[in-house]
Amino acid sequence: MLCQECNKRPATLHFTKIVNGEKTEFHICESCAREKGEMIPGTAGGFSIHNLLSGLLDFEPSGKNGSAGAPPAQSLRCEECGMTYSQFSKIGRFGCSSCYKYFDSRLDPLFKRVHGSTSHVGKVPARAGGRIKVKRQITDLKRDLQESITQEEFEKAAQIRDQIRELEKEIAEE
Amino acid sequence: MPNLRFTEKALSDWMRSDAADSEIVISSRVRIARNLQHYPFPMLASNEQSEEVLNKLSEVLQYDDVHAFGDFHTLDLIDIDDLDKRVLVEKHLISPSLVNESRNGAVILSEDESVSIMINEEDHLRIQCLYPGFQVKEAWEKASAIDDAFEAHVDYAFDDRRGYLTSCPTNVGTGVRASVMMHLPALVMTQQIGRILTAVSQVGLTVRGIYGEGSEAMGNLFQISNQITLGQTEQEVIDNLHSVVLQMIGHERTARERLITDSRLRITDRVMRSYGILSHAAIVDSKEAAQRLSDVRLGVDLGLLDGLSITVMNELNVMTQPGFLQKTFGEDMRTDERDIYRAQLIRDTINAANQS
Ligand SMILES: [Zn+2]
Ligand SMILES: [Zn+2]
Repeated sequence: MLCQECNKRPATLHFTKIVNGEKTEFHICESCAREKGEMIPGTAGGFSIHNLLSGLLDFEPSGKNGSAGAPPAQSLRCEECGMTYSQFSKIGRFGCSSCYKYFDSRLDPLFKRVHGSTSHVGKVPARAGGRIKVKRQITDLKRDLQESITQEEFEKAAQIRDQIRELEKEIAEE
Repeated sequence: MPNLRFTEKALSDWMRSDAADSEIVISSRVRIARNLQHYPFPMLASNEQSEEVLNKLSEVLQYDDVHAFGDFHTLDLIDIDDLDKRVLVEKHLISPSLVNESRNGAVILSEDESVSIMINEEDHLRIQCLYPGFQVKEAWEKASAIDDAFEAHVDYAFDDRRGYLTSCPTNVGTGVRASVMMHLPALVMTQQIGRILTAVSQVGLTVRGIYGEGSEAMGNLFQISNQITLGQTEQEVIDNLHSVVLQMIGHERTARERLITDSRLRITDRVMRSYGILSHAAIVDSKEAAQRLSDVRLGVDLGLLDGLSITVMNELNVMTQPGFLQKTFGEDMRTDERDIYRAQLIRDTINAANQS
């Protein structure tokens, strides 16, 4: 494949950029990339994945020609580290793990574009994984408890209540 | 005094082994990105916070289950001079951003340099396993086991729905980036490379040319890695990369066989010319070195050249880079002087290999 800029040298850099849901492919050679001053992996100050991402994050439909009034996404702010959504969309990096929570309402479309998916199916940390399991158990038991009370099976309800307390203690200790 | 033997020789110990498919696959690498709970990511962390992260993660090394992975050496970036940092980058043991952007950055290296654990890079923790040849599954298993050992002692930032939380949205989920460095001269020569790389990018993988100093392309080297970290299991990612690389090895092999059957004389001439230049030239710039070394590497694999091994070629790939040349011949070197020393070093290495 030839470079799309000079049509002379073979294209050695391949990128996909998605802006406003529109996919653009880049196939260029390294000397054209150097000339354009971007897209050079592994060099300081040159292209970085974050430049590309900021284009990707800027998909607010109204944001095209600087329309009046800030879009709602730009008012989001992480209360843990103070990063705003607009900063995040400029630098393409989260400030802390809580950003994921505060920007949650905007993240599904982004992850869909980058990964084609929005939720994790891989590895789970062993200890936190245990905690997740216990939490699910507690939710189930609480439902059983409610049912026992409605059925007026108080002895069973007391048993379940003890079980829940036991599990809650287990989580608290970690 | 930090332990700097890691920058004294070009070749990591692991490079000296004869690995699977090493004429085509130079190395396999798996990197796992992790962050600690309750600390801002390195970019926003205060000096105190990043120091705490460094201490917490360094402590983990003292536990026996982590120690079981070998003897580790911790190098604080602040103790390493610029040239040594550069050599570590050229050996792929640390990333340029650990050098340029890190606060309280450190790298923990295993004795054989196959494991490199970066602290306070873009994420708090990056576990990297770098193996010679086509061993991406082995690299994943090792990296994952080290990840488990760390996880037994520290709390990672993890979310039920999003998985492992990372600084960059492109790493969230598994935090796993697996990549394979391939030498594909025959696919380039027969002009099939574009078609194949396009196909590769359509199955969730990215391809990059390999760059030396600035943006000088290195001869026919391509890095294939996964793009997706969310919505696929680690095993799926590794298996996908593995099967695509396996197919590419097949295509490159076929192309090499075709070259040798259809144009034996032409290819022999090309290999021998490059060999002649490398063993006699007085000035070689980095771009020419990369291209000529690629030709000679192909010649070694096709059995057109005796005396040289793939290991020597791996060594030359690292040794001809600017940081290493300066390390060997002195720091105050202009670009034109570097080209003279590069030529000398290549000549000497080839002659030594021929005599042994
Ligand atoms: Zn071009
Ligand atoms: Zn935050």
